Amino acid sequence: MNTKFTVNFAWKNIVANKRRSFLTMLGMIIGVGSVISIMAIGAGAQSYVFSQLEVFGGNMVGVTPGASEEDGPPASVFGVVITTLTYDDAEGIKKIEHVTAVTPYANGNMKVSYRDKAKNVDFSGVTSDFMEVENSKIAEGRFLVEDEDGTVERNAVLGSEIAKDLFEDENPLGKKIKIGQESFTVVGVLTKKGSSLISSQDQQIYVPVRTAQKILLGIDYISLLRAKIDDEKNINQAMGEMESLLRNSHNLKAGMGNDFAVRSMSQALDIIGTVTGAISIFLGAIAAISLLVGGVGIMNIMLVSVTERTREVGLRKALGAKRKDIVAQFLVEAVMITFVGGVIGIVGGTIFSYVVAAAATAYGYRWDLIVSLNSVLLAVGVSTAIGLLFGIYPAYKAAGLNAIESLRYE
Amino acid sequence: MSSLIKVENVTKSFENGGLVTQIVKGVSFEIQEGEFVAIMGSSGSGKSTLMNILGLLDKPTSGKYFFDGLDTGELDDDKLAEFRSERIGFIFQSYNLLERTTVLDNVLLPATYLDNGDMKEAARKAKVLLEKVGLAHRLDYSPNKLSGGEQQRVAIVRALINDPKLILADEPTGNLDSKSGREIMEILQDLNEEGATIVMVTHEQQTAECARRALRIKDGLIFEDVAIENRRLAANGDYNK
Repeated sequence: MNTKFTVNFAWKNIVANKRRSFLTMLGMIIGVGSVISIMAIGAGAQSYVFSQLEVFGGNMVGVTPGASEEDGPPASVFGVVITTLTYDDAEGIKKIEHVTAVTPYANGNMKVSYRDKAKNVDFSGVTSDFMEVENSKIAEGRFLVEDEDGTVERNAVLGSEIAKDLFEDENPLGKKIKIGQESFTVVGVLTKKGSSLISSQDQQIYVPVRTAQKILLGIDYISLLRAKIDDEKNINQAMGEMESLLRNSHNLKAGMGNDFAVRSMSQALDIIGTVTGAISIFLGAIAAISLLVGGVGIMNIMLVSVTERTREVGLRKALGAKRKDIVAQFLVEAVMITFVGGVIGIVGGTIFSYVVAAAATAYGYRWDLIVSLNSVLLAVGVSTAIGLLFGIYPAYKAAGLNAIESLRYE
Repeated sequence: MSSLIKVENVTKSFENGGLVTQIVKGVSFEIQEGEFVAIMGSSGSGKSTLMNILGLLDKPTSGKYFFDGLDTGELDDDKLAEFRSERIGFIFQSYNLLERTTVLDNVLLPATYLDNGDMKEAARKAKVLLEKVGLAHRLDYSPNKLSGGEQQRVAIVRALINDPKLILADEPTGNLDSKSGREIMEILQDLNEEGATIVMVTHEQQTAECARRALRIKDGLIFEDVAIENRRLAANGDYNK
């Protein structure tokens, strides 16, 4: 049996009825397009997550209150408020070897106003070490200084977006804003940093931690703390020592679990990476279902095609086609439809992923377009397999037709 | 020298929901290479069934059919298909050309089913044959652009492409008018002159009289097997439906 002839004939059949062929392929196109898009967007999300490492530096360690698995998210993600972490803990950690900077965070959200402008803003009570811990830079004025640590000064540093929102073109330095009912003096504005998973600095206001705790929030605990380690290789050791120190200061006896969690930046990003990965797989599985549906559609159309071409099958058999020749003919057609549909789906999916990447980048997220060779090969492989799988039944049905009866078929 | 076709007491019965009907009730005859035989009979006489058996499309219920020296009863489906492509050429009443396919590709179809087909050689042969039947200028046409007579001519070339031992024609002029019918019979007679063995099923008197021998079949039995005296020669215009 001649392959070139078969392929040629199959292609002619597909082209002969473009609309029907397209509708048949549609399930395939959508399915493959979805899988490609989901994998590309998932990969883009992951690459974005890992890019955060560069923004903050890999040597950051965070301590969150409340027990939680190290390979899972902190308790606060679930809305639990735990009050066991304190400013003293932060000061204690600062003394640990290899720790170069530590800042506590006392977080809250309040109405902030300047003259006639008001909005609800996230704020954090921190110390002067914040700049080093988060690798931030000041655009105007200054950040909080060491002398202010531990005091209840009403000084505020604004994130770049907040400064714009409240002051527009006016110079914020020296002006007074109100946080809640309290009056604060703006002493500095941070540079634009871009959105990130760890913090949205541009939209926040920073005040001394004690001010936040005592004056604004009326609490004596902190939301979390972050520390900078001098070198990557010392991270584990430092984390160990932090744990010991905290266990001690929290009076945890042997056998009692931690009432806090220590995570390095890379651990935190690992978690996020795992979660985005899991979501991608889940969505991918759903997309795969649409591939199955597409396959069923193809099988359906192939069956109709077999019936329509009964006479043709009879003729071919009379002219010497063996069963396997007939099977091959229809199988080639099915695979061709799924393959072409797959290719169109890959192109469509890539275009869609590009649009998503472009949109994300426009919003300030560093998002790469990642369509991996793996995902393309996977898509091609799966579409071909579907063609084979769902084309087999119609092909066998055709091969089983009786030549004489088929030749009489109207 | 053994006959090309040897049919020995062949019967064919069909079963339909428990009811068994015998269509061919016991026929025997031989056909030598180079003969031109017309099998005649009315509808239901069993001629089509007999034709299918001769063409290896169907197997006898009992009896033997020797084709080209081989007992065809011993061949499996794949082997039968092989025989059909290599040794038998079919011509059908309704031409049965593939629609979205050029004349050339239609003609080459049997060659694609040969196990060791040389497509280049087949294409060369095809062009020569199409030239012979006057269709060299229609190589790229699809069947829907051809007249009935032209289509049947393409079908004849298709039947010849693998140099078959036997040409089986099922009502070759059935769908054609007088003029086209004459053209077709002229071609078949020419082929027979050159040595081709042709077995033709027909119910048209004029067509049958173009052959050299007539087998008349009625109610599943052959009741007459005679040479045709004074046969018609289509080339002489001696053919009018």
